[in-house]
Amino acid sequence: MIARVWDSDLFYSFRHAPSAVIAALIALVLAAGALFAPWLAPHNPMDVASLSLLDSFKPPIGMPDADWSNILGTDNQGRDVLSAIMYGMRISLVVGLLSVLFAIVVGVALGLIAGYAGGIADSMLMRVADIQLTFPSILTALLIDGVITAALPHDMRDSLQIYVIIFAIGISLWPNFARTIRGSTLVERNKDYVMAARVIGVPRWRIMLSHVLPNVIGPVLVIGTLGLGLAVIAEATLSFLGVGLPPTQPSLGTLIRFGDDYLFSGQWWVTVFPGLALILLVLAINLLGDWLRDALNPKLR
Amino acid sequence: MVGYIGSRLLQAIPVLLVVGFIAFALFAYVGDPVSILLPQDHTEAQRLQLVKDLGLDQPFFVQYAHFLWLSLHGNFGISYRLAQPVAGLIAERLPATLELAVTASVLAFAIGVPMGVYTGIHRNTLLSRLFMTISLTGVSLPTFLLGILLILIFSVWLGWLPSFGRGTVVQLGHWWSTGFVTASGLKSLILPAITLGLFQMTLIMRLVRAEMLEVLRTDYIKFARARGLTNRAIHFGHALKNTLVPVITIIGLQFGGIVAFSLVTETVFQWPGMGLLLVQSVTSADIPVMSAYLMLIALVFVVINLVVDLLYYAIDPRLRVRRR
Repeated sequence: MIARVWDSDLFYSFRHAPSAVIAALIALVLAAGALFAPWLAPHNPMDVASLSLLDSFKPPIGMPDADWSNILGTDNQGRDVLSAIMYGMRISLVVGLLSVLFAIVVGVALGLIAGYAGGIADSMLMRVADIQLTFPSILTALLIDGVITAALPHDMRDSLQIYVIIFAIGISLWPNFARTIRGSTLVERNKDYVMAARVIGVPRWRIMLSHVLPNVIGPVLVIGTLGLGLAVIAEATLSFLGVGLPPTQPSLGTLIRFGDDYLFSGQWWVTVFPGLALILLVLAINLLGDWLRDALNPKLR
Repeated sequence: MVGYIGSRLLQAIPVLLVVGFIAFALFAYVGDPVSILLPQDHTEAQRLQLVKDLGLDQPFFVQYAHFLWLSLHGNFGISYRLAQPVAGLIAERLPATLELAVTASVLAFAIGVPMGVYTGIHRNTLLSRLFMTISLTGVSLPTFLLGILLILIFSVWLGWLPSFGRGTVVQLGHWWSTGFVTASGLKSLILPAITLGLFQMTLIMRLVRAEMLEVLRTDYIKFARARGLTNRAIHFGHALKNTLVPVITIIGLQFGGIVAFSLVTETVFQWPGMGLLLVQSVTSADIPVMSAYLMLIALVFVVINLVVDLLYYAIDPRLRVRRR
């Protein structure tokens, strides 16, 4: 099994692309740090009782008065910045992954329907996708987020906010998937195996799901990876703008927003380190996505 | 020509109607304007009177038509948060956003095109690699983070440039306030414009590079070389000219994106524009401002698309031939 993976075309090109290997390593380290944060993080930033204001604004290692229990320093409440980043990245990654998953489900379903059914459904859906693509996705996400939040009763806002964000970002990304899937479906639906399935009376939904879908799903991996980078940035941006996750679930964007207030009083590390973590995460995802796109594109071999 | 413009206009109208419908649906059904506008100790008679005044007892399509009618006359209702007419609020902030967006676009064009030409001609030099790396970082760097880092370096550490606001603005006439004519206004513009323009700059650079690589392979460039023209004449007179058609299209289409995207930059730099207004409205569930912004941005996009289509028509003679 391992030998088969090692010898496969995809893994061969992976081994020979140093940027992809480095990106994968970085992504793996960051994801592991985020996933195992409760066990790996030196402190628990969610545990308010352990915080002490006496520890506030300790500088990171390399500056005077730093100590090794807070490698990246502490924030205004004495929270360890490194631990906050690890917990924050956990939330950023979960929201990013779920948003992309939502966008894939919606985009693939609508793309299949548009491509296979054609006619009015096709032109309506693609018209909507085209219009949406001309707007920046962050504006779409912000407006959806704002409208749903306004419609929710006050006491439910904080607890439902994470689902609202996932929905808003997912909706802002679906056209990317739908257009690709529609394009490949248009090609597939005229092939002989689809004709054959139609002739023997397979229902339409089964042709779409078990015959066409497996043949058009390939590119979703690439768009999904690049979409994950976009989704992570979108969530961070919304949280930075103050319309994202509530302060009780601080993601990387929330940490950057809180740290932003202390930029002028000299405590740059509170905002710069979460920022660097975000850049590293997005850069690693984008490099992997770029490599995947090139590796899976037969024209470039 | 007239038929072409007409068909584009006809395509734009349904888009605007749909956006108007969404905006109306938000306006009418999200949040309860009656309970927001009524005083705490209201009577049932007052409530019914307000429902009547707001036209909420009318049938759905009458309300929609009324809403469109008012919107066409620049009446977007009253902001829940600031209790002022929305149209005035937006008009007050429009100059700030437009000045920022125009500066960012000009900057992106003025730097992006030469960088793209250079990397297209000299593919493998060290400087080209550097430019390509910068552009990759530019794409991966979230806008708000770029703004924060610029503030940290140029405002906090070096103390060269202001980190928020527009500086001193001068009032031109009744409706326009400009930061272009004062020193502090121009200084305040630098960091936000870089923040907003960097993404566009990398986009333009990559596009010009790809187009240059494509064009430099064509026969007429080979022919120009055979004629013994100088490199300068070939690169700028023949090659660049032919790459600019798609570049101008993209810049035009992206301008709407810049206007919309400025909401992030404006929040980072506390720039008193439309984007900041929108973000503040979203935070406080101020639906009238949100629906007005939505309609305005849709209008901006439709107008820009139309202008770009017309430009395309004017620049590219092939389109005219195909139409006939």
